[in-house]
Amino acid sequence: MNYKLDFTPVLDGLPSLLIACLGTFALALGGMVLAIIIGIGGVMLRDSRIAPVRWFIKSFVEVIRNTPFLVQIYFIYFALPLAGLRLDPTPTAIIALGINGGAYAIEIIRGGVQSIGKGQIEAGLALGLHKAQVFRLIVLKPALRAIFPSLTSQFVLLTLTTSIASAISAYELTSVAQQIETSSFRSFEVYGVVTVFYLVISWLMMRFFGMISTRYFSYPVK
Amino acid sequence: MTSQSSHAQAADGAMISMAGVEKWYGDFKALTDINLSVRTGEKIVLCGPSGSGKSTLIRCINHLEAYQKGEIRVDGILLGDRAKTIDAIRREVGMVFQHFNLFPHMTVLDNCMLAPMRSLRASKAEAEATARRLLARVKILEQAEKYPAQLSGGQQQRVAIARALCMQPKIMLFDEPTSALDPEMVKEVLDTMIGLAEEGITMICVTHEMGFARQVADRVIFMASGAIVEEAPPAEFFTAPRHERTRQFLGEILRKH
Repeated sequence: MNYKLDFTPVLDGLPSLLIACLGTFALALGGMVLAIIIGIGGVMLRDSRIAPVRWFIKSFVEVIRNTPFLVQIYFIYFALPLAGLRLDPTPTAIIALGINGGAYAIEIIRGGVQSIGKGQIEAGLALGLHKAQVFRLIVLKPALRAIFPSLTSQFVLLTLTTSIASAISAYELTSVAQQIETSSFRSFEVYGVVTVFYLVISWLMMRFFGMISTRYFSYPVK
Repeated sequence: MTSQSSHAQAADGAMISMAGVEKWYGDFKALTDINLSVRTGEKIVLCGPSGSGKSTLIRCINHLEAYQKGEIRVDGILLGDRAKTIDAIRREVGMVFQHFNLFPHMTVLDNCMLAPMRSLRASKAEAEATARRLLARVKILEQAEKYPAQLSGGQQQRVAIARALCMQPKIMLFDEPTSALDPEMVKEVLDTMIGLAEEGITMICVTHEMGFARQVADRVIFMASGAIVEEAPPAEFFTAPRHERTRQFLGEILRKH
């Protein structure tokens, strides 16, 4: 091994790498918001009275969870324009991350909802609340609390998955890193630094979810 | 036994009337030809061995359980399958459960304010005033800001009673309210229920607390195998039960206590 470390290109590119982290955060946050909407909505619709709606949700979960994310994002970016829907890389990445994360979120949140005792639902109904109110006001929060650690790791994973959006040149950390690497050939230094950046990003995400947990889910339970 | 058939005509003034109600779980018949009429202000104690259908019966009254045959009227409203009538009836019927079923993520006060605000569209101030008044009545106002998990079982059950009362119901249903409690907490809950009974609300209680039945009930109803076997005022029910199954049941329950 006579590879000589040279961090100069990375140091020169540091400002653009740091700004690219904001792109990563934007994709991650956009994807997570969409994923949580799909997750909660999907759980409600999964038990819909209308059979085709239930089938749709179940097939959606199966298709998304059993196909690669790279293919999903390519499908939206390259195949949908042929059907007339053309999106820029960033919205494409957010939608793909949201759809992918949403399918996993449906299954995770469903587990939380199932952990809520029937007695809670009956108490709500007996008080004259509608089914949708019972879900929203009584079931949802304890259900999310029960599965919040799983949801956190799923969303950290979603954050790291933003790097795959470099395949369609969305603006985020990995694609900027690729540009520096291509022009400097300092692969070791570039991806070494980027690895540290991702570690910090993951850690920040976990802190963020920890704060949400303390803020909203810290009520005492037996 | 059809001694109760005279009540089945749902005479005017009946708060609850059940006529020919039958319920199946698949092939299992859970309720057989239930005819029962409860007058306004009447206190009924429902007892019987486990699996006799007592809980199922009261859960039909607010449609937590569907039934397949017969008719139930609550305060003149025919309980059908339509969500609208079911909601209307649930707003008039309070229910207290064996396992309290307080909402763990809300304070005691919020537990009591939720349904009046969401279901009766009461303002926050109104709902809070009502909640505080009723929490005071069940002697637990000082715990209003705590969460359910911070309370004892007896305290939780008293909150559950207050929560049901916040809807200003005409009827209260109690489904074995003291069965899940440690013995030393049974009394505080029964005392609350006795106080409530004295104020004249219509009550149906599924309970094995025979002392409570003696003191409060206008009628004691004994069920077995999904049917009403016997009903009588407590004095008569406890001293001169007519049916063998009732005698057997009373023998067992009194031996336990």
